[in-house]
Parts: sequence; C-alpha cells; structure tokens
Amino acid sequence: MAFFRRSAAAVVTSPSAPTRRTANDLRTGETATVCCLKDPEMALKLLEMGCIPGTQVRLTGRAPLGDPLMLVLGDEEYTLSLRVSEASTIQLKD
Amino acid sequence: MAGAIEHERPAVPHRGAERGAPAPERLPRLALIGNPNSGKTSLFNQLTGLNQKVGNFPGVTVDRKTGVAQLGGQRRAEVVDLPGTYSLYPKSLDERVIADLLYNPLAADYPDFVVVTVDASNLRRSLLLFSQLADLGLPAIMALNMTDVAAERGIQLDVVTLERELGVPVVPMNARKGVGLAALRILMADRLAASPPAGRFWQPDAALRPLLAEIRVHFDLPNDYLALHYAHQFRQLHFLGEADQEFLQVLTERAGFDSMAQQAAETVARYAHINELLLEVVTVTRTERREPASNRIDKVLTHRVFGYLIFLAVLFLLFQAIFAWAQYPMDMIDQGISALSAAIQERFHGPLVRLLTEGVIAGLGGVLIFIPQIALLFAFLAVLEETGYMARVTFLMDKLMRPFGLSGKSVVPLISGLACAVPAIMGARTIESWKDRMLTIFVTPLMSCSARIPVYTVLVALVVPDESWLGIFNMRGLVLMGLYLLGLSSALLSALVLKTVLKARERSYFIMEFPVYRWPRWKNVGLTIVEKVKAFIFQAGKVIIAISVLLWVLASYGPGQRQAQAAAQVQQQATAQRWPAVETERRVASARLETSYAGTFGHLIEPAIRPLGFDWKIGIALLTSFAAREVFVGTMSTIYSVGQDADLGTVQQKLASEKDAQGQPFFTPVRALSLLVFYVFAMQCMSTLAVTYRETKSWRWPLGQLVYMTGLAYAASLFVWQLFS
Repeated sequence: MAFFRRSAAAVVTSPSAPTRRTANDLRTGETATVCCLKDPEMALKLLEMGCIPGTQVRLTGRAPLGDPLMLVLGDEEYTLSLRVSEASTIQLKD
Repeated sequence: MAGAIEHERPAVPHRGAERGAPAPERLPRLALIGNPNSGKTSLFNQLTGLNQKVGNFPGVTVDRKTGVAQLGGQRRAEVVDLPGTYSLYPKSLDERVIADLLYNPLAADYPDFVVVTVDASNLRRSLLLFSQLADLGLPAIMALNMTDVAAERGIQLDVVTLERELGVPVVPMNARKGVGLAALRILMADRLAASPPAGRFWQPDAALRPLLAEIRVHFDLPNDYLALHYAHQFRQLHFLGEADQEFLQVLTERAGFDSMAQQAAETVARYAHINELLLEVVTVTRTERREPASNRIDKVLTHRVFGYLIFLAVLFLLFQAIFAWAQYPMDMIDQGISALSAAIQERFHGPLVRLLTEGVIAGLGGVLIFIPQIALLFAFLAVLEETGYMARVTFLMDKLMRPFGLSGKSVVPLISGLACAVPAIMGARTIESWKDRMLTIFVTPLMSCSARIPVYTVLVALVVPDESWLGIFNMRGLVLMGLYLLGLSSALLSALVLKTVLKARERSYFIMEFPVYRWPRWKNVGLTIVEKVKAFIFQAGKVIIAISVLLWVLASYGPGQRQAQAAAQVQQQATAQRWPAVETERRVASARLETSYAGTFGHLIEPAIRPLGFDWKIGIALLTSFAAREVFVGTMSTIYSVGQDADLGTVQQKLASEKDAQGQPFFTPVRALSLLVFYVFAMQCMSTLAVTYRETKSWRWPLGQLVYMTGLAYAASLFVWQLFS
C-alpha cells in the first residue's frame, strides 16, 4: 500500500530531475523497471494503460524506421506500441 | 478492504421519482463497457445478433450501437454498446460519450445496469475501469472474457474469491465462441433489479471532502466519487448547462483542485489496491517459460522487410478482391437488371413504363451493382481488424505517415477511403488527436473510392486497349493503378500543405495496445458486412434512385414548347431530305435531348468546362454526378441511350459511337484522360460533404473540401487538356 500514500508528485517527476535512462534507451530484448513518468499529461495515459512505477518493461522491437517501438509490460506480457517521444517519458530504475 | 467504507445512498432510485415512473413497456436497459480488445463487440454481437441498430449519441457524432437481447426466462433488455476505454477519464471524443451517459442519472439512455467485459488474461488492467465503475455505484455484472487466452498462458483465476471481493456476479466466458453466454443471459435477467456493488475500491482524498460535498448537494449526486468526476470533467459534460459549468469552475478554482495530479494519484492507488486483490485471485503456473504466440508472430509481421512485404501482399489481395472477384456478382446483377428492363419493355408501353425501366429500375441497378465491392472490402477490413493485424499496420506505417502530418492511425481511414469516404471519415474517430483527425478527414475523399471505379473502368476501357505491356502487365490495369496512385499522392501532399496551416488543439497520443492475434469470428465479419451494405443501400441508395428518376425527367422533358418545335423542325428536314425512318428517329431524339431541361443545364455551363475538353453532355453528367460519382455512368448511359436502341448496348458502346463535329470519335484518349483526372480530384459526392459536416460539426470543413477539391480537379483537367490535345 506504499503507493497509496504517495502524492502524485512522487510519481510524476519534474522534467529537471537528473537524467535517467528511459524506455527509449533500452536495447531490444532488454528488461527494466519503471521508476517514474516524466510528462504529467502523458503519465495519465500511461498509468491507466498499466505502465505504473514498479512495472517491468521489455523492449521487444522497433518499427522498421526506429519509431514507434513495442514494449511488453508486466507479468501479463501485453504489448504496448508507442512512439519514441512517448517512450522517452518513461524513466527507468537503475 | 473491499468492504463498504462508507454507506452511501444507492445510485438509481432517486431518478424514477424525478422523471415519473417509467412507461411499463420500456425495456430494461443495460450498457456494455470495457477496455478496447476485451471482446466487447463479440459479446454485443452474441447478445443481439441481427437485432442491431446504429444511431448517434445525442449531441455528438459517436456511433451508438443498440440492440435487443433475449435474456433468460423470456425477458428482454435493450443493450447499448459503449466505446472501448481504459478508464472513466476520457482521452478521446469517443470516450466522452461514456461520461455523458454514466454521469447523468437523468439521461434518457441511463442504463439500469452495466455489463463490464474484462480480459481474463489481463485482469489487473481491466480491473481499473471496473473499480471506477463500482465506485460510481452502478449495478454491474462482470463478463470475465477471454478465459481461453488466460488458460493458454497458464493463468488460473479464483472466480469465487473474485466475486466475493468485488461484490458483483462474475461470469467466466469466451464471448467469441459463445461459451458462458447462457449463464450470462440468466444472470442478466436475474439482475434486472440489481443493487449496486457493495465494494468501494478507493476514496477521494479527505482534503477534497468539502469540495465534493458541495458538488453533491448542488447536483443531488448519490456519492462522492461521482462528484469527483464532475470536478474533473465538467468542461466536457454536455448535459451541464453554462451556469453549472461556471459554478464548478469557481468551486474547483477556489479549492485549488489539481485535476491532473488527482487523476495520477487515483490511478496509482487503484492499481495498488488491485494488485493486493489479485494476490488472492490469480495463480500463474507456467509449464515452460516462453513468449506468447502473439509476440512471436509479431517478430515476423512487424519485421523491417517481411512486415512491409506482407502488408503489400495483403493490400494486393484486397485489390484483387475488389477488382477481380467482385466482377462476377456485379456482372450477374447488371445482366439481371437489363433482362428485367427488357422484359418489361417488351410487354408494356407508355411513359410510365419508361419511367419505371429507364428511371427507377436503372437507378436500382446502379445501387445494387456496388454491393459486391462494398461487402468484399468491409469483409477484408473486418478480418484485418478482428485478427489484430490492423494495429500492426498502424505500427508499421506511423513513421511513414508522420511527415505528412498524419499518424499511423490515419492509415485505416485512408485505406477504408478506397471503398467509400463516408465510413472512412466516420472511422477517423479513433484518432484521438484533433489535428490528425481533421487532416485525415480532409484528405480521405481524395483517395479513389469505389464510386469512382465505374467512372474509371468505363473511361479506361473506352480509350485504353486491352493489351499487355511486356506480356505481363495489362495496360488497363496499369492506367487504373496510376489513377489510384494519383489519388493517394494528392491526399498525402494535401495533408502536408494543410499540416502547416492547422494549429493543434490538444496533445496527441499514439500509445495503443496490440491485441493478441486471433482467428476472425465470421459472425462478427458477417454482421459488419450486413451493417455497411444496409447503410449504403438505405442512405446512398435513396439518393441514387431519386437522382436517377429526376434525371430521366430532366432528360425527357423540356421548358415550354422548345422540344416540340425542335422535333417538328427535324421532321420537316427529314421529309425534305428523305432520311430513312431510323435516321429521323435518332435525330429527333437528339434534338429533344438538346432542348430538354438537362440539355439547357449542360449548355449553360459549357463555356466554363470547354477549356477542359468537356461538352454540354459531359456538363450534364458532371452536375448530376455531384450527388454521387457513380451517377456519372448512369447519366452518360441515359443521355446517350436517348435515340439509340435503349438498353441494347453497354455504356461503353454508346460512348464509343459518339462522334464529334468532324465525324471522329468524340472520346479521344486525351479527352478521356482529362475527364478521369477530373474525377480523381473532384469532390463529387454530397454524402461525403454531409458526413464531414456531421463529423466536424462545422460547415467550414466540408466547404473547404468542396472548394479545394473542385479547384484541384479543374486545374488538373485544364492542364491535361491544354497540354496534350
């Protein structure tokens, strides 16, 4: 229930936070854990699609021109397709 | 934890009191709601079958599909299919419909209860929407769908615990195959007097209580959560008056209500709760750790080389279907109509019989002839949609479309535009971004739709020899392809130009979920075909038959005595020069047409279209085919059949026998090309303009399309005729 008491500000960091790796920096096949979401408005969409902090994401591939990309999320292993601009708002844990 | 935290008033009862008791014959109403790809449409089709109606949600342009479902125990209920959504916070126009429906207990459409379709293989995400609905206090049944996919993945669900925790009935099912449907029907009949779920998943922050209490009192709302949604969404709720919106604006501003932060906190808190709940419900036993089949298929279908090759192959197949396969049923319809006309004309005579055969039946034939193509194209699109491949097409095409200001989501409407711009423009609703959507709507009519096919095929067959180039490429096929490419490139370039003019109003998202690959359900495909064909016959069909009859009248009668005078004049000449009877008859008919209303019309605009190589006869066809492009062929046929042995020759033969002043064939290749190019670009379709108006809620867009496309067509034809003739 830790998330329960966390304020929204902890989930959505300000853009000035130290630069972390984002989902766009993943190599194909690499798995990482979502740390936080950079863009408050985009975060709402990502959150409701299940991309919440603590979720595992795996980059399974990119469209032939490098954009958009495919992320497999969570234990359920469902695939989201998102643009580079959108994926780079997903910051990863080190 | 899922127990009632606070006892709140039930959501439903107070509405009966305000509206008066519902009429006794009113069917109970239930709404289907769920995530995209959770099998909602399959369930809707299974419940209602052919008992479906497509209408509109009040005030907006989102399709409202309703049907009557036969429930257990001879009871029936009206089912409303709501757009797929991930949460109750709308991110697109479609999703706003849900808020308008569910937040207003006084709405005419307000459901007695909701059936929530939930993807069993992704329960965590599906439960987010469910938990929001539960907190609104809506009586609900959960249709736990796609249990087959879950089982395949080794996911076991404890339905009894789930039911207990959620406080609503849960029906495991496979809507595609109809498994669990009987149980659901019985349950729905049982639940018609359902009470809201007992569970509360989440409570708004205590700091918001005073604000929410005030909203609750003002609008007489049954619970805090509904009040919270008013605070979040009042700007988009159509049923609120200006005064109410003003009230909420002041209230939320005073309370320092931060909608975005609140939403984020709510979603995160809900997921935390759901995760806990699922610990007790879900067990995953995986025999072997391997990727789901869908992910493996994706490796091929979205491959950098094979992905495009396969997409091209799919497009090729689609074109084969429209052009080659559809030909057989089309020929049969054509011959059937001709035979019917001939049979009637053989037995009966008189002006009414001519009205029937040359007006009504000819028009009916013009409508029916399109059914094979429309059915085949929508069958294809439905299969692509059903299998989940359409989402991958979006993925593959996004980067390619973006330089033109379009998104991967524009590909589907644009491709659908090859069948008909009307459904295609309606299909653009799935594009969340306003700018992308407007661009797509604006340029879609430039894609060569199926109504242009008759114009193309008649003119191409008229001037292009049926020969092969290099032994493999059919010349006619090549020209046809060129016309399609011309349409496509003009659509893309127009988007590019418009992109710079248009300013975006809102954020655009591309994020979407890839549905797992499935075999298509033929029932769903069949229902799509029936729906589209019906829409075409009853909407476009009416216009076509009406125009056909009107045309016949215009071409057969003329102002004052001019027709009679012209006929008499020709008769005199005939007597003087001793023409044979057949020749006289032909010339009389020709004179009558030229002095008819239609002829007068054509002559009137001839000066404007002469620089394009068109004469008054084509002028008539241009005017009448403004109603719908395919009317062009009918008009040409009517105009050129007057004076020839009606119904004996094809349109092609009639056109080919037309001679110019020097006695040379009138339809030279350049003249035909000029006409073809005109039809590639011109906005010759009332229905498209009407649907653009409906979708954009402004005359600016359809008028813009009309002016832009007609201008483009005029310029292109002028270019062709002046340069090459």
